[in-house]
Amino acid sequence: MQKSTSYITPEPLVATGETYASITEKISSTVLKKKTPKGMMITLGISFLLVLVLIGAIGYLFYKGVGIWGINIPVGWGFAIVNLVWWIGIGHAGTLISAILLLLHQHWRNAISRFAEAMTLFAVACAGLFPLLHLGRPWLAYWLIPYPNTMAMWPNFRSPLVWDVFAISTYLTVSFMFWYVGLVPDLGTMRDQARKKWQKIIYGVFAMGWRGSARHWHRYEMAYLLLAGLATPLVVSVHSVVSFDFAVGLLPGWHATIFPPYFVAGAIYSGFAMVITLMIPARKMYHLEAYITDRHLDYMAKITLATGLIVVYGYTMELFFAFYSGSDYEGFMMWNRMTGPYWWSYAALIFCNGFVPQLLWAKKNRTTPWRLLVIALLVNVGMWLERFVIVVTSLHRDFLPSSWDIYTPTIWDWATYIGTLGLFVWLMYLFIRVAPMISIFEVKHLLPWKGRIVDTSADAT
Amino acid sequence: MAEFDAPEQILAAAQRASRDGYTRMDAYTPFPMEELTEALGIRQSKLSLFVLCCGIFGGLGGFFLQYFGAAINYPLNIGGRPLNSWPQFIPITFEMTILFAAIGAVVGMIFRNGLPRPIHPVFNVDRFELVTQDKFFLLIESADPKFERTRTEKFLKSLKPTHISVVDHS
Repeated sequence: MQKSTSYITPEPLVATGETYASITEKISSTVLKKKTPKGMMITLGISFLLVLVLIGAIGYLFYKGVGIWGINIPVGWGFAIVNLVWWIGIGHAGTLISAILLLLHQHWRNAISRFAEAMTLFAVACAGLFPLLHLGRPWLAYWLIPYPNTMAMWPNFRSPLVWDVFAISTYLTVSFMFWYVGLVPDLGTMRDQARKKWQKIIYGVFAMGWRGSARHWHRYEMAYLLLAGLATPLVVSVHSVVSFDFAVGLLPGWHATIFPPYFVAGAIYSGFAMVITLMIPARKMYHLEAYITDRHLDYMAKITLATGLIVVYGYTMELFFAFYSGSDYEGFMMWNRMTGPYWWSYAALIFCNGFVPQLLWAKKNRTTPWRLLVIALLVNVGMWLERFVIVVTSLHRDFLPSSWDIYTPTIWDWATYIGTLGLFVWLMYLFIRVAPMISIFEVKHLLPWKGRIVDTSADAT
Repeated sequence: MAEFDAPEQILAAAQRASRDGYTRMDAYTPFPMEELTEALGIRQSKLSLFVLCCGIFGGLGGFFLQYFGAAINYPLNIGGRPLNSWPQFIPITFEMTILFAAIGAVVGMIFRNGLPRPIHPVFNVDRFELVTQDKFFLLIESADPKFERTRTEKFLKSLKPTHISVVDHS
């Protein structure tokens, strides 16, 4: 039977015919030898312009203050918090791919982990801007850190906002270390493959003299596993802490125990969608289909679908307890979401996060790159809308009707957001330009050799 | 130092060398090979214990920081609520545990490996450049008690490598 054989002998994780030398050559040559593709130059150019827009927006913000944004009373938190949660959520998929899939022995992660980790790092960097920018007095941001001071004061450790400081800085530090440690052997490869002296020196410095010693590999693998084991609870805890920004508050629509798991699942969902969004053009531009195969796209799509279903469960539960709770305020909040001034965002949200991922049940949609790309883009939009709906619809109409108002984002809100999108893309493409975007040694690790057949067929089923 | 083309060759070579009584040797591979750890007699690293200690230190430190700040140094009477509000101290304690453990893992691994070390005798061998590409090297150190120039060289030749090089260490 034609259809069932494709499940018994699935496509290999590394295309047949690849050798250690060909892997090294193909991946390192995208950095060292190949001419920069025109598409990349254009993307780098446009994203750099957006970075300039970001710098302008931030400059004006520091000059004039947060009044240039659309925030008011009652909607004291607008785009800044929406974008913070969106970016951090995107970052989580990278850690999931690198760390959690490693612990679960999912070998297919090897080809995409480097790229995903870089995505995490830059997403968290973009996210980290917002807590600093949204402060009324950003020059006092250092007060959030518990340092011995002359005022004899401490930050309020009981507040989720301070938990955020610790969680996000820990996440940024650990992600950076995880990414860099993973890069060291490949920097050694780049040092050896580079032909020009200055390239050899720079890569050599960052490779720290890596020589592939078996003794070093032993400690390296142990450290890497430990980092993966640490990063896994970190991912869960960081987004839970971010969700506490809302859940610890008392607003209807915010004060819900479902928030931590709902946010974490949503983060993984949006993160995978972003990985797919970035990966499909990148693999096309650099002809890396031999390493990032259709099977990889299939698995990523399946995870997106699975976490999307958890998110839909979250929406259903919110609906349920809004009415089942018997609380007038909860019920109104839900009713307002569906029929009030922001009903359009809720409708778009249900479409992007409820209906669109269901398309992924069809194998055709999971393995055809352009279809998957469209779905992934819609999911990214949907998750941004989710954060928007949570923040704005709960804030703009809370307990007392006399406090109600409407939130309208200003051009500066948009400029800052789109600026961070530019920053993210710019950093990603710079990374692709100077470092191997696929983990060379990990892909080599996947090639079978006599004495150890790497079982790449059974483990991911 | 002997050069091989395939992982199974270096594994067989390492096993034979170990059986022959050589103890001070090292293998250089483009990707990690867990089988070599046993063949070369590498002892289990104590890194995990170090990481655990770092994590515990971080956790206790994080909790103490908060307790000191909120209960001892700057206690705020908020509705008569307990000053030692330990449930609210949990997120930061957890994050500090992970942070210190992770830093311990990375710094511990790098320093225990003796890195950064851009200068090492093996780099003087030109062909060693290929170790990150697709060649595997087995090195027998002259500090090994069984080492004797001609005998060891003959032994290495018997393993059928593609090249043999002498690593000068000065």
